[in-house]
Amino acid sequence: MTEGRPRSFYVLAIFFAAYVLFLYGPMIAIYILSFQGPQGGLTFPMNGVSTYWLSKLFQGTGIVDLGAAFRRSLLLGLVVMAVTVVLSVAAGMAFRRKFKAQSILFYSAIASLIVPSIITSLGISLEFRIIDDLIKGYFNENFETSMGLLTSGLGAHLTWTLPFGLLIMFAIFNRFDPRLEEAARDLGATPWQAFRHVVLPIILPSVIGIGLFGFTLSWDELARSSQAIGAVNTLPLDLQGLTTTVTNPDIYALGTVISAVSFAVITLALGTIHMLNKRQAAKGSDAGKGLV
Amino acid sequence: MDTSEDILQQASPDLVRGSGTARRTKPARLSPSFVSWLQAGPMMLVFLAFFLIPLVFVVIVSFWDYNEYQLLPAFSGRGYTDTFEGCIAQLPDLCTIGRTYVMTLKLCFLVWAITLFVGFWVAYFLAFHVKSKTWQMGLSLLCTIPFWTSNVIRMIAWIPLLGRNGLVNSGLVKTGLINQPLEWLLFSEFSVVLALVHLFTFFMVVPIFNSMVRIDKALIEAAYDAGASGSQTLVNVVIPLAKPGIVIGSIFVITIVMGDFITIGVMGGQQIAAAGKIIETRVNALQFPAAAANAVILLAITFLIITMMSRIVDIRKEL
Repeated sequence: MTEGRPRSFYVLAIFFAAYVLFLYGPMIAIYILSFQGPQGGLTFPMNGVSTYWLSKLFQGTGIVDLGAAFRRSLLLGLVVMAVTVVLSVAAGMAFRRKFKAQSILFYSAIASLIVPSIITSLGISLEFRIIDDLIKGYFNENFETSMGLLTSGLGAHLTWTLPFGLLIMFAIFNRFDPRLEEAARDLGATPWQAFRHVVLPIILPSVIGIGLFGFTLSWDELARSSQAIGAVNTLPLDLQGLTTTVTNPDIYALGTVISAVSFAVITLALGTIHMLNKRQAAKGSDAGKGLV
Repeated sequence: MDTSEDILQQASPDLVRGSGTARRTKPARLSPSFVSWLQAGPMMLVFLAFFLIPLVFVVIVSFWDYNEYQLLPAFSGRGYTDTFEGCIAQLPDLCTIGRTYVMTLKLCFLVWAITLFVGFWVAYFLAFHVKSKTWQMGLSLLCTIPFWTSNVIRMIAWIPLLGRNGLVNSGLVKTGLINQPLEWLLFSEFSVVLALVHLFTFFMVVPIFNSMVRIDKALIEAAYDAGASGSQTLVNVVIPLAKPGIVIGSIFVITIVMGDFITIGVMGGQQIAAAGKIIETRVNALQFPAAAANAVILLAITFLIITMMSRIVDIRKEL
């Protein structure tokens, strides 16, 4: 059983390779097609190679006001990322001890993850409509709306990113050795010092992972934004709006630009995680070096 | 890579000593339960404000009245009666909502069956056949990266392949297998199922893989030593032990497909009715109570499915 690889290995390896091709093949097709020549259409074959559609997108003569939607999505993504990281780490720390309402928070997070997005989105939009009506009725008749990118939109995205953040924190602390913190306390560290100088450096790579989830899930979010974002659109919403009307490769160019941001963020995050792991491996311990 | 895990478990004495310089015992420590509240409170508040209260509003508004352009906060069952309109009159034929749910459940079942099959074998390969930890991590990452990119882009990515003049059709025409391009490849039930499988197999792979890597390899050796064939080991050892992952993955996939309206909209050419799409249509028509009533029905059905599935496994224990 240990010599050579069984036949099932090769069958499954081919199956796995086919799955990966299935995952990436279509995406790569549209990245290529976004470099269609000016006369090119929505499908292969390529009709020349150019950056015509990409530059058209950036000149703003294309289909959407790319710049504004881009900035809005970026702003929202960064805010969602920051809030997700801070709230997830804090709540993850709380779950290491027993506390009242622990299971309420846990089941809220799980429910938020699996209740269909359209329902959450509809609920948030109803909530803000009712708040608006109350403000209009009792305080200010000319009040427009409290719905917006950083109110209802932010909330909608957080209901999607926070459960992931919390679950990642669970995974981290399942593997975490609490004796490290106890040792720090025994040496006189305050709880904050123990967190800042012992816990945080150890969990930092995974915390960056939470940030990666926070940003990318927000950057691509659609279902929850659909009803809750208010008057303005995010980039994915603009893109979805185009799917029914567009007949030019601009839509692929837009897709390529959005993906480029995703890939840049993924690379940055994974690179940082890799670097931190290497640093921990190199400097994290002086065990066996005869010090102390 | 192998050593990094061990080192992760040890804190640097330097760091601890460095912080010790500011050693000072505070006279009054915050009580542990108060600290827990401070730590968990903000997240709880977000869920309260943007998830739990909105759900309550969905239920309340589903019993409100409405006219062409606004909500009327008075009790009414109109959201529900409008939804089930004709359901009794048209018997034995199914009414619109009935047909829609049959369609949704059909899509749900197809996607579930396919993602389970694909997800199971992908996870199996990663967990049992890839021996090196580095490779395991690299290949898992390869499966995860698309999840961090946009769903809409991954949907429209099928257009150049499946369209009337797409790669698949032109390839089939060239080889002479068909004379005319196939029309059912794009904007059809087929493309909806294909895109849903493409997008959400990931949700099956992760939990199943998670269950599988925790299976003690000695158990499989033991089954082998006791004379079990490969398929007997699979059915009697691996599948029962991977069951929690299978159930969690199934819950994810089923709830996503039940509520989906974007994939079904884009890949179905806005022609296929589904549970999530009704809600969207009602909202676009500003019929909020009807939309809310549909949301309550969808929620009830989804909740029913989850309760049935979580009877099989305790989710809390598996994380």
